[in-house]
Amino acid sequence: MTPFTTRVENAAKTTGHAAILAIFVIFLAFPFAWMVITTFKTTQDLHNTANNPYLFNDPPTLTHLKTLFEDTTFLQWLANTAAVGAVVVIVTLILAIPAGYALSRMTGTVAQTLAVGIFLTYLVPPTILFIPFARIIATLGLQDTLWSLMLVYPSFTVPFSTWLLMGFFKSIPRDLEDAAMIDGLSRFDAFMKVVMPISAAGILTAIIFTFTLVTQEFVYGVTFITASANYTVSVGVPTFLVRGDVYFWGSMMGACLIASIPVAIVYNFFVDRFVAGLTGGAVK
Amino acid sequence: MATVEARAIHKEFGDVHAVDGIDLLAKEGEFLVLLGPSGCGKTTLMRMIAGLERPTAGDIIIGGEVVTHLPPRARNIAMVFQSYALYPHLTVERNISFPLRAAGMPREQIKAKVEWAARMFGIQRFLDRKPRQLSGGERQRVALARAVVREPVVFLLDEPLSNLDAKLRNSARDELKQLQRGLGTTMIYVTHDQAEAMGLGDRIAVLNQGRIYQIGTPQEIYRAPANVFTATFIGSPPMNLIEEGSGYIGFRPEDFLPRDIEANGNSVTFPFRVTRIEYLGAERLVYGVIEGRSPETHAISRIPTMLRTEIAAGQVYDFNVREQDIARFDRATGNSLNGSGR
Amino acid sequence: MTAEATAVTVRERRPAGFSLADNERWLWPAMLAPAILYIVLLVGFPFFLSLYYSLTDVTVGGRELHFVGLKNFEEIINSNTFWLALRNSVILTVISQACVLILANILAQALSANFPGKWFVRFLILLPWVAPIALGSIGWLWIFDSIYSVINWTGRAIGVLGPNDWPIWLGEPKLAMASIIIVQVWRILPLATVIILAGLSSIPQDIHDAAAVDGAGMWRRYFEITAPLIRPITLVALLFGIVFTFTDMIVVFVLTRGGPYDQTQVLASWAYFTGIQGGDLAGGAAISLFLFPVLAAVAILFLRLARRTEVL
Repeated sequence: MTPFTTRVENAAKTTGHAAILAIFVIFLAFPFAWMVITTFKTTQDLHNTANNPYLFNDPPTLTHLKTLFEDTTFLQWLANTAAVGAVVVIVTLILAIPAGYALSRMTGTVAQTLAVGIFLTYLVPPTILFIPFARIIATLGLQDTLWSLMLVYPSFTVPFSTWLLMGFFKSIPRDLEDAAMIDGLSRFDAFMKVVMPISAAGILTAIIFTFTLVTQEFVYGVTFITASANYTVSVGVPTFLVRGDVYFWGSMMGACLIASIPVAIVYNFFVDRFVAGLTGGAVK
Repeated sequence: MATVEARAIHKEFGDVHAVDGIDLLAKEGEFLVLLGPSGCGKTTLMRMIAGLERPTAGDIIIGGEVVTHLPPRARNIAMVFQSYALYPHLTVERNISFPLRAAGMPREQIKAKVEWAARMFGIQRFLDRKPRQLSGGERQRVALARAVVREPVVFLLDEPLSNLDAKLRNSARDELKQLQRGLGTTMIYVTHDQAEAMGLGDRIAVLNQGRIYQIGTPQEIYRAPANVFTATFIGSPPMNLIEEGSGYIGFRPEDFLPRDIEANGNSVTFPFRVTRIEYLGAERLVYGVIEGRSPETHAISRIPTMLRTEIAAGQVYDFNVREQDIARFDRATGNSLNGSGR
Repeated sequence: MTAEATAVTVRERRPAGFSLADNERWLWPAMLAPAILYIVLLVGFPFFLSLYYSLTDVTVGGRELHFVGLKNFEEIINSNTFWLALRNSVILTVISQACVLILANILAQALSANFPGKWFVRFLILLPWVAPIALGSIGWLWIFDSIYSVINWTGRAIGVLGPNDWPIWLGEPKLAMASIIIVQVWRILPLATVIILAGLSSIPQDIHDAAAVDGAGMWRRYFEITAPLIRPITLVALLFGIVFTFTDMIVVFVLTRGGPYDQTQVLASWAYFTGIQGGDLAGGAAISLFLFPVLAAVAILFLRLARRTEVL
């Protein structure tokens, strides 16, 4: 081992490292790059097999986006998704914050078992529950309404958020609440007045992930909702933007981008907490 | 055994000069201590010697060979980390044998060496256990065994005693020194604890802000500090420092005694108003104020219990320092103004 | 000091306002109850309802339902589609998650170093996981299009595909399965990577330093030190991947609708087509219940893992 061979080894490592990253990034991000290109290409260009698909052979166009916003109920879908998201976030926070806090402070095996049990319910997939739900929703008369989604979505956002918040509250030292209780507050007041104000980060994380889970959901959406005006984005784009055999690719790709990228940007800020939540804080 | 040299070493992290031009030579078979407060650069310097950090400028030379650009495994060194860094998923036996397996040593030889190292530290009965089943002191021995088993040319130790209980620390210190004497290998030891440094080092390098402020034997550093920093960092309680004219004069608490004890000529006398006395068993620490100076000058005196002079709080006494025990420092540079030969 | 012994009367004082808010025995259950109630009602209850329905002849809108015993299950087991769907579900899950396991480890290692632009790279890598599954699948639908597939065009352009090669990705059964596997790998890889990355960063730097000083080269360090230490968390990532892939219907629904001729049907998608589109709710319920054993196995593995690594 000489200084020269070390230098060669280091140079090879750096190049190899960059190459590996490049391959993965291309594999993972290419579909989105492709969505961007498709959104702005004219239909002629898209359907001309002689053209190089990577180039804009006709100048880029906003037609597809115009069609998306003016000729479809896409904006309505966005509004629907936002509405469902908002309500589900609120419901989730109301249920998960107290539960997460309680689990973080309780001791004993009962608490542990409950915590794990709650988390495991997150693993029960919609593809098992959607069948009975189809009939429950129909029986309740909520068929084809956003209320059906608002009712059912917390069934998976609450377990996950509870687990996430439990991990978060565990990281807040108990000393603060102890000091507050000595100063005269009750346990509950200590929670509301001391712990909650400093929990903004954890709560924000729970909000982001709950909202993300809502935007991603498809199974319940396609089961409960049939009228196009009531779709959420995730359901509307694959089912509605197809007229017979004709796919409006430009508009569809535009819709996919609009529904994915903003959420992804926000999500990126919170990924570390998400993983900590998912792995039970075992990995700090 | 080999000498270890750091030549004109610089290390910058962005704007921060962690190591700011250091020349250091550890002699063969020497126990050299790198002493300094947190952030002084001692750990960074050690990591550069180990090859875990690359110097921004300068060279590291081990056994006459320039190793600056070589990775750690090419340097034939061993390191004991403050956290011990034992592999948590491996048994003690596999922890100790890890470097030997990495070197491709035949299995029979590995077995013999592991037993030898384990016996040296009395941990044979732990060979099948995992680190988490051991106490702090036991883990430290495993870390030492893992370092020793390679028979490296130099040992690097990064505050290996700081995670031990105070009681354990003293006996561990003794064992470490005996170990180094027995092996005769050059050892470079990083610590912020000046008592530990004084007790262990053949020579001590005092570091602050990325530079060496003084290198010398414990006696040299203690009796002839080269600057104010070294003078006040070494010694507990620290040296008394008083403004005098254009500089400082300094004297150690044990040299600052009531006049009736220290009655020979060639002393300087200070009127000392005692504020508090701490009785520590083997000695008394007398806290007080030297009268007649502004700003208010505090000082500490250290009287061995066997000198039974009566001292009471609130009284003023004459305290003496022998002229030969006074250190003088320049106020601007902080350097010692004393001539040699103390 | 006087030695007077003073008799002090001891009174029990209950401060005003001592209430539920202080009594932890009641406070915790009160805070937990709403969430648990919701979960029991919206997860537990439908689940048992599913069990019940599978033993009846219920339909979505039908008025009545009659108990039919195990007839649904008999019909399912006797149908070819069931075995096909089961086989597809298993193959899909096993192959995709094996790929994810290997690829995620590689990518996580690559991401564990610091480099300029890491934040942006991570953003790009996360996109497949964050984007709604349906929308990501639509993107791939366009990429796999039978006439306009960019993969085919590129393949031909760089010479990998000859003049007579034009793979119909979603039309030919084996290719269709491959396409579905690709999309599943594509969307799960970011999640697995990020989880394993977290595991990597939990290994103290000291351990890596010690291994370097101890003479271990890159490969030995990875296989003897790093890999064993991240095994628990890798398992977590794997279990999640298995659950999400085995029970997924969306990718199949969007890409192939289960075709051609049910060749790419999986249990979850078949349950949908039978129960919702076909109206045979009872049949759909019965089919979907075959997902449960895998779920239960995963849950048990999770619990064992959690106990062993003292996670919880």
